[in-house]
Amino acid sequence: MANRPVEIRPALGLALFIAALILGSAAMLLLRAESWRLAPADWSALRFTVLQAALSSLVSATLAIPLARALHRRRFRGRSLLTRLLAAPFVLPVVVAVLGILAVFGRSGPVNAALAALGLPPLSIFGLHGVVLANVFFNLPLATRMLLHGWQAIPAERFRLAAALSMPQSAQFRHLELPMLRAQMPGILTTIFLICLASFAIALTLGGGPKASTLELAIYQALRFDFDLGRAALLALIQFALCAGVTIAAARLSLRQGFGAGLDRAAPLPAPDGWRAPLDAAVITAAVLFLGAPLLAVIAQGLPGLTHLPPGLWQAALRSLVVALVSALLATVAALTLAQAAARRPALWIDLAAMLPLSASGLVLGTGLFLMLHRFVPPAQMALPVTMLVNATLTLPYLYRLILPEARQVVADYDRLTQSLGLPAVSALRFVILPRLSRPLGYGAGIAAALSMGDLGVIALIADGNGATLPLLVQHLIGAYRMEQAAAASLVLIGLSFGLFWMFDRIGGWNADA
Amino acid sequence: MDFSIPDHFRRTMERLMKRHLLAAGLLTIATSALAETPVLTVLTYDSFTSEWGPGPAIKAGFEETCGCTVNFVTAGDGAAVLARLKLEGATTDADVVVGLDTNLTADAAPLFAPIAATPNTLPVPFADARFVPFDWGWFAFVYDNTKLTTPPKSFEELAASNLKIVIEDPRSSTPGLGLLMWVKAAYGSRAPQIWADLADNIVTVTPGWSEAYGMFLQGEADMVLSYTTSPAYHLIAEKDASKSAALFDEGHYLQVEVAGKVASTDQPALADAFLTYLTSDAAQTALITTNWMYPANMPAAGLPAGFETLIQPGKSLLLTADEAQSLRAPAIEEWQTALSK
Repeated sequence: MANRPVEIRPALGLALFIAALILGSAAMLLLRAESWRLAPADWSALRFTVLQAALSSLVSATLAIPLARALHRRRFRGRSLLTRLLAAPFVLPVVVAVLGILAVFGRSGPVNAALAALGLPPLSIFGLHGVVLANVFFNLPLATRMLLHGWQAIPAERFRLAAALSMPQSAQFRHLELPMLRAQMPGILTTIFLICLASFAIALTLGGGPKASTLELAIYQALRFDFDLGRAALLALIQFALCAGVTIAAARLSLRQGFGAGLDRAAPLPAPDGWRAPLDAAVITAAVLFLGAPLLAVIAQGLPGLTHLPPGLWQAALRSLVVALVSALLATVAALTLAQAAARRPALWIDLAAMLPLSASGLVLGTGLFLMLHRFVPPAQMALPVTMLVNATLTLPYLYRLILPEARQVVADYDRLTQSLGLPAVSALRFVILPRLSRPLGYGAGIAAALSMGDLGVIALIADGNGATLPLLVQHLIGAYRMEQAAAASLVLIGLSFGLFWMFDRIGGWNADA
Repeated sequence: MDFSIPDHFRRTMERLMKRHLLAAGLLTIATSALAETPVLTVLTYDSFTSEWGPGPAIKAGFEETCGCTVNFVTAGDGAAVLARLKLEGATTDADVVVGLDTNLTADAAPLFAPIAATPNTLPVPFADARFVPFDWGWFAFVYDNTKLTTPPKSFEELAASNLKIVIEDPRSSTPGLGLLMWVKAAYGSRAPQIWADLADNIVTVTPGWSEAYGMFLQGEADMVLSYTTSPAYHLIAEKDASKSAALFDEGHYLQVEVAGKVASTDQPALADAFLTYLTSDAAQTALITTNWMYPANMPAAGLPAGFETLIQPGKSLLLTADEAQSLRAPAIEEWQTALSK
C-alpha cells in the first residue's frame, strides 16, 4: 500500500494516446505534403497571435482577482445564481458572442450612444483593443471561477485565525491570499494564453484587417484555400512548440500552497467593511454589466424568432446534445485520471499531455483524423464519433486545469490518512476524492459539455450531409439571409449549452460535501 | 492497488463504443442490402443541402427519372469541398461535385472528367471542358437606401467617401477572394493603390460572408460586400425594400458556381444525366429563390417578380480560371501589404 505505482499506468496510456492523436494528426499532414515552407506573412501572424494572447490573458487574470475576491467574501441575494451565470459568456458560440459584443460596443450600440450624448467622439471597437476586449469577455469568467475555487480551497479556519489575531487586511492578503494566487496564477495565465492562441474568428472579426491575422487563420488558409498541407502542419507544430514552452515555464513558476487541511467545512467568512464593501459592490456591478449586456443583446435578438423556429432545429439540437454529453463524459474521465496522477506524482509529461490539446487546431486535428481514417471508415459514419473524440480532447485542458489544484490539495491533505486507513481505491475515490473534487469536476464537465455544443470547427470538413449540428444550422441560416431564425436558433443553442452547463454544475454542487 | 473507477468508466465507455460500432456496421450492411438501385454521390457545400437550400428539390426532381438514389455528402463551402476532394484523392466516393467557383476550377481541373457542353445564359461568354455553370451572381456593395441616398458609383468614389464598409477575407472566404479579383480585373496594376485608398473605409475584415452580412444588418457599417441579388431576398422573402446594391461604373465581377463529373466516378452516365438535369428548367427555377443567385440557364418562366428591381451592371468582369489561379497569391500579398500599413 505504501507506494501506488499502478495508478500512473492509466495516465501514461492516456497521455500517450493524446500525444499520438495530436502530433499524429500533424504528422499525417506532413506525410501528405508536397512542400514544407512557411509564407513570409506567417511570421507577422505569429507575432500578432502571441501579442493578443499575452495581453488578453494578462488583462483577464488581473481583472479576475478583485472580482473573485469580492465574490468570495461577500454574501448577497443571487450570489450563487451570479457565480453560475458567470460561465455564460464562455459557453457562447463565437459568432453569436461577437454579434452580442458589437450590439453593445459597436457603432450603433448603447456605449457609443452614451458617448455621443456626452459630446465625446465615438469609440471604435475594431483593432487590437477590440480583440482583447472580446477575449476578456470570454475568459474573465473562467479566470474568476478558477480563482474562486482557489479561494474556496483556503480553509475557513485560516481566515478565522487571521481575524482572531486581528490581522490587518494587508497581512491577511500577504499570508493567506498571496500564496494561493502565486499557486493559481501561472496555471490561469497559461490556460487563457493558450485559449487565445488558437482563437481565429475573434481576432479576425474584430481585429480590423489583415494586420490582425493569427496562426489559426494561416492554418485555415493553408488547408482550405491553398491545400498546402506542409505549411499547415508546420504552423501547427509552431503552435505546439509555443504551447509546450509556455506550459513548461508555468510549471516552473508554480509554487505549491501549503495551508494544510481544515475542518473541510465552508463557513461564512468575516468580510471587511468600511470602504471595502462599496468597492466590492462596484467591482461586482461592473462585471455584471460588462458580461451581461452582450448576453442580453443576444437574447433580445433571438426572442422574436422563437415563434417560427426553422425546420430541423430539434433534430440538430438532439444531435448536438448527444455529441456534447459523450464529449463531456470522455473529457471528465480523462481529466480526472490525469489530474489524480499528477497530484500524486507531479510530472511534466502529464502537464504537457493535458495542455497540448489547447494548442491543437481543431482543423488540423479533424483533417489529420480524416486522413488516418477515411480509407477504413466511410466519412459519413465517422462524422459524429470523430467530433466527439476531438471535442473531448480539445476540452480536456480546461477540466484538467480546474481539477488539478484541488486534486493536489486533497492528496496533500488526505492521502496519508487514506493510506493509513488502508482504504481501497474505490472507497477513497467515493468518499475522499470525488466529494472534494465534485465542485470543479461538475463545473469542468459543464464547461466541456457547453463548449462541445458550441464547437463547429471540426465537423465543417467531415459533416455527412444528412445531419447538421446546431451551430452548423445557425451558420446555414445566416448564410441563407435568415437572420431572425438564426438569432432564435442561437438562443436555443445558448439555452441548451447553458442548461447542460447548469445541470453538471448543480450535480457537482450537490455532491460537494460542504 | 488498482485505480479502479476510471477503469470501470473506461470499460463502460468501451462497451458503449463497441455497441456504437456494431450499430454502424449493421447500418452499413442494411444500406448496402437495400442499395440495389444505383447511388449517385454528390459532394457539395453544406448549405446547398439544407432544408431551405436547393438540395431537397433537386434530389427529388432527379430521382423521379433517374432510377437512382442521390446521396449528398457535404463540406463547409466551395473551398472546403475542393479540400475534401483532394484529401480523399482517388478513394473518393463522389461522382459529382457541385459548388466550386471559377476561382477554384483551375486547381480542381485534374480531378475532373471532360463533359459535353451545355447551353448557358451567362452575361459573359463562358465555356469550360470540365465544368458546367449552374448559377451566378454579380458581386456588389449592398447598402440601406433609407440611410444612404447617394451611393458611390465606383471604387474610387467609395475610397474618397467617409462611408464605412465591411468586407470578407480573401484568405478564408470565396466572396473575399471575389472582391480581390474584382479590383484586380477592374484596375490591374493600380489595384494596390485602390486598396491603400480603401483602407480607411474598411471597418473590419471578416472570416466569412455570414459575419460580414450580420454586422452590416446590425448597423456596424454602411455597406457590405455581397451580391446584386441580396436585396431580392429582403424584398421577396421579407417584404423589405430598404436594401439596395450600388452600381459601379467600372463593372461588376462575377461569381460563377459550377458543377463537374469526378474523374474516378463509377457512375459516369448518371453523373452526366445529373449535370444535364442541373441546368434544366426545373432545377434552375428551384435555384433562384433558394441560392438567391441568377440561373445559369434562364428557365422559360423567367425570373420571379421582384428581380426586375435589381440593378443591372452594364459591364461584367470575369477572369479566366487560369488567370484567377495565377493571380491569387500575388493579389493576396498586395492586399495584405496595402491594408497592413
